[in-house]
Amino acid sequence: MAETALTHPEAAPGTIPGLRGIAADWASDQRAFKNVSWGKAMMWIFLLSDTFIFSCFLLSYMTARSSTTVPWPNPSEVFALNLGGKHIPLILIAIMTFVLISSSGTMAMAVNFGYRRDRVRTAALMLATAAFGATFVGMQAFEWTKLIMEGVRPWGNPWGAPQFGACFFMITGFHGTHVTIGVIFLIAIARKVLRGDFDRERRGFFTSRKGYYEIVEITGLYWHFVDLVWVFIFAFFYLW
Amino acid sequence: MTNAAVHVEGQAAQHALHTYAHEAVASGATHAAGQQHPIKLYLVVWGWLFVLSTCSYLVDYLGIHGHLRWSLILLFMVLKAGLIVAVFMHMAWERLALAYAILLPPVLVLVFVAIMVFESGYTHLLRIMFFAPTA
Repeated sequence: MAETALTHPEAAPGTIPGLRGIAADWASDQRAFKNVSWGKAMMWIFLLSDTFIFSCFLLSYMTARSSTTVPWPNPSEVFALNLGGKHIPLILIAIMTFVLISSSGTMAMAVNFGYRRDRVRTAALMLATAAFGATFVGMQAFEWTKLIMEGVRPWGNPWGAPQFGACFFMITGFHGTHVTIGVIFLIAIARKVLRGDFDRERRGFFTSRKGYYEIVEITGLYWHFVDLVWVFIFAFFYLW
Repeated sequence: MTNAAVHVEGQAAQHALHTYAHEAVASGATHAAGQQHPIKLYLVVWGWLFVLSTCSYLVDYLGIHGHLRWSLILLFMVLKAGLIVAVFMHMAWERLALAYAILLPPVLVLVFVAIMVFESGYTHLLRIMFFAPTA
């Protein structure tokens, strides 16, 4: 896979590759992240802190579920749907997973076309990603409505352990918020791409800094993270 | 590569300022290059993510239970997460200084998990001992 990369981490001038590079980079008395811009480094550090937030949610869910003496509602049945007269377990969540995976793919392609300075394709793929994201949030709104109609509340539900509702609304609600913010972020950056801000290095209205196509990759990092969190929620909350 | 490394190590102090200034000047060019990889790679990873998602859904659909279910769920989860982080988020091509700074701290969450497993086990035990609905 290494030969497929056009840029190598060692390509930056005056840097040491491999494990020795970790010590050299951190001990260089300069910036520690050598060939990464401040924008990308800060997005990664933000995502790291967000990882801890979602970890705490999933941990509290684990603690609630494994300490209760009441049986936990079976997610396979709770999230089943009747489609075409057939009772299919967990189908809505499966579709939501595929929608989010699809959006991750279009986002990765958008980053690729961004670095090729293909303005129209980049913007189109980002808007497609945003559309997938909006679809995901719409399906989540449907899911919430269905469960609330069936009597799920943060303090109780008809099927078992009362903590189920609190965990469900907290975890999926926070994730849905992240997706919504991601959709807004994507549309804002896609507009800048389409307008040619990054070709003419137009200065942003707020920071008055020049923009680069790298912002597409940074937006992508956030979006892939949202998908990444869903991988863990899907495994631990819906499948477990 | 090794020659360059030795050279840099030898003159690290003198080189430092120069490299920094050079990078600042060249940052525009670096931005233009960025993370460029063949589109085929993304399509292959995309396909694998679909396959793995289908597999993890099938675990539920086929009604697999017990240890096999949990290990399959975790396996597919780790593979999907790994593909997303390594390829889609380009961590495979970043310098190790960044990769380790970002990927190592979440491992500590596992310590937290271990603590809470003991804690919830204890709570569960107390609930059975004192709040069990006995006649």
